[in-house]
Amino acid sequence: MLVRKTNIRPVAELVIIFDSYLHLKAITLSTFHKISILFKKELLLELRQQYTFYGILLYIASTIFVLYLTMGEPEPAVWNGLFWIQLLFICTNAIAKSFLQEGKGRMLYYYTLSSATDFILAKLLYNVVLMILMSILSLVLFSFFLGTPFNGLIHFAALTCLGGFSISMVFTLLAAIAAKANQNAALMPILGFPLIIPQLLLLIKLSKSAFGEIFRDQAVVQMTLLLCGLDILIVVLSLILFPFLWKD
Amino acid sequence: MNKSWWKIVAIILLLYTFTAGFIIHVPIIGNLQQTIRNLFFHVPMWFGQMILLLISLVFSIRYLRTGNLKEDIKAREFARTGILFGILGLVTGAIWANYTWGEPWSNDPKQIAVAIALLIYMAYFVLRNSMTDIDKRARVSSVYNIFAYFIYIPLIMILPRLVQSLHPGGEGVEGNPAMNGKDLDPTMRMVFWPAVFGWTLTGIWISNLYIRLSILKEKNWLHA
Repeated sequence: MLVRKTNIRPVAELVIIFDSYLHLKAITLSTFHKISILFKKELLLELRQQYTFYGILLYIASTIFVLYLTMGEPEPAVWNGLFWIQLLFICTNAIAKSFLQEGKGRMLYYYTLSSATDFILAKLLYNVVLMILMSILSLVLFSFFLGTPFNGLIHFAALTCLGGFSISMVFTLLAAIAAKANQNAALMPILGFPLIIPQLLLLIKLSKSAFGEIFRDQAVVQMTLLLCGLDILIVVLSLILFPFLWKD
Repeated sequence: MNKSWWKIVAIILLLYTFTAGFIIHVPIIGNLQQTIRNLFFHVPMWFGQMILLLISLVFSIRYLRTGNLKEDIKAREFARTGILFGILGLVTGAIWANYTWGEPWSNDPKQIAVAIALLIYMAYFVLRNSMTDIDKRARVSSVYNIFAYFIYIPLIMILPRLVQSLHPGGEGVEGNPAMNGKDLDPTMRMVFWPAVFGWTLTGIWISNLYIRLSILKEKNWLHA
């Protein structure tokens, strides 16, 4: 707009455009930079407070061991249901701490340093990475204890990653909400379980394809795209809504 | 009198629903027989619930934009009436299903969807009551209300296509999230749509009374 109004020679025009491009790049870079710093901070906290990390690992191991003791090697349909429910419980526990561990003072400190969108994006990114790791780990343990009734390992592992990804997205904003409600961890399942049903049903349906169920043409692709669409919706909602939770 | 015309409309529409709904000639389809008249009482609950929850959503968004606590009270009361309509819809449906499907609950996608809606909005009230700070409570629960609504809508679009429905007009994988309006008999349509409007207006009226009561009760800190 500015360039068009004033009558500047082509070279100068080019310089201005290039300059504004650089400026734009600087802004985007700094956003990415901020997110990466926040992400590193999460990682560092995890490494320093290893007891929470090991706590989740032990949670996975003991849950699956209890399931093994009670169920043995269940039928494929039961296996499938148990696996996703178990993943849901792990997710609630692993992600609940992502906001619950942040004290009031520390949140105020972040508030002065970064914007709400950067903060929630870093949290989402970190929770996704953590949850994909936990999903794969629980798949390994589940296969070890309860058998492998599915056909394609890579197929099912990919679905597990997609599942961990989708579930962690929903629970990140819910963890922020629960943290605001007087750090009440018991709220997480109450708020989250009804909301996770669309993803969970889609995932269970999709994973039946790994158990040899035949679907209509394109149905698997359609459901995967639907799941990805839901994930995008949740990211957008988190970005819009988190700034309101952030200020006190 | 100027402001209460819609309440009179609601009463007239409901009187019409209760008389015409039992008198008009209905087509006999399969084993539905005369139970098809439940369409005028059960289905409008579902429409009414969706509209009330939508109004609740709008007030939650308005609260986040303005910070006016009255908007939050309105969002809360509309959600409360939404729960009431959900329960009524579930009960009228279950009584009807007991005679037509042979059991009150049969994991029909619409039954599941309304159960989830009830869980979501009851969680909304649990969340509200877990906080004592008024402003924080309004803000956090508004955020949850908006988040929940936008996940709930895709759910009721997806669910009927994943699970087979027993509902009339919703058989097979091509199941319609609501009902197939085109299949509706013209004489039934003459009662059905007035019934939907009548019940929805009644829902708004109930919410309105509760809002006025709450604003009176909570007057002390609303103006503080």
